[in-house]
Amino acid sequence: MNSIRVPVVEKILSANDQLAHQNRSFLKSKGVFSINIMASPGAGKTSFILQTIQGLKNRMNVGVIEGDTAAVTIDADKISEVGIPAVQINTGGDCHLDAVMVAGGMQQLPLENLDLMIIENVGNLVCPAAFDLGTDINILIASVPEGDDKPYKYPAIYRGLDVLILNKMDLLPYIKFRPDYFKQGVEMLNPGLTTFPVSCTTGEGIQEWLDWIENRVKNSGK
Amino acid sequence: MHELAVTESILSISEKYAKENGALKVTSINLVIGRLSSIVDESVQFYWDIISKESLCYQAILNFERRSAVLHCNVCDHEYEIDTSLQPCPACGSPNIKVISGEEFFVDSIEIEKADE
Repeated sequence: MNSIRVPVVEKILSANDQLAHQNRSFLKSKGVFSINIMASPGAGKTSFILQTIQGLKNRMNVGVIEGDTAAVTIDADKISEVGIPAVQINTGGDCHLDAVMVAGGMQQLPLENLDLMIIENVGNLVCPAAFDLGTDINILIASVPEGDDKPYKYPAIYRGLDVLILNKMDLLPYIKFRPDYFKQGVEMLNPGLTTFPVSCTTGEGIQEWLDWIENRVKNSGK
Repeated sequence: MHELAVTESILSISEKYAKENGALKVTSINLVIGRLSSIVDESVQFYWDIISKESLCYQAILNFERRSAVLHCNVCDHEYEIDTSLQPCPACGSPNIKVISGEEFFVDSIEIEKADE
């Protein structure tokens, strides 16, 4: 018997990354721009997506993939009511979506007709950060009531972001949230991150976001 | 808790390299995990004992090499480690920093047993 050491140096979850890469190429070939929306539970993901769809539906065709840990279709139903194609992925208790689940979900959307595909990830600030889905951009919705220390406690999710939405700005007068402290944490992890302070209740900041995303979709080389 | 997915990935990577190298058995797996990667070693070990049965990796030892999170201050060039929570530069107070290490998350090597040639 002969003992030897075999060098590997392969990233754990590299299989997911490869499939994410395939998703990205596939969506590009279909001319669909895609976004992955992550947040903790209750940050306002579904409200934000509904506002986004309402604002964009006369300007482009949008489809949604809803990730949920259980077989409740509350979120997917809300989206379908707006007249938008929505697919629900039940992760069976898993804490995140991965590239395999998204590949399956995508097949159920009319991609040929879509300009924008929005993925609502499972509410969680830890696990979704580790799984690339193959979207063009990754977005985090943070919200004022969650507290200003979140970037310090969940650094990994802030590292991979393209856009940060700070929701529930209307609650700022009632909550101890130090915008400067929050911003400092974000700046350390992701300098110059594009950030939109919004409120899905009052509509504050939503127009700026809509203009930005419309511009991104239109300039994505479609 | 995505440790199950992580553990499955470690197993499939290790099996792939073990087979490519004609291993009879994998005796240990060396992992490098940065402090900023949120993984609970005990959970990985727990899943490992279950899912590695009937594989070349059965009873292989998982070695976790933890890399500390090192930050570099872009203002005063000070380098510092963080243990728990993210902090601005302790020397000059600037939040203008760069992450040098701590995000590692890979299988570095495996140790295998082969039949004598």
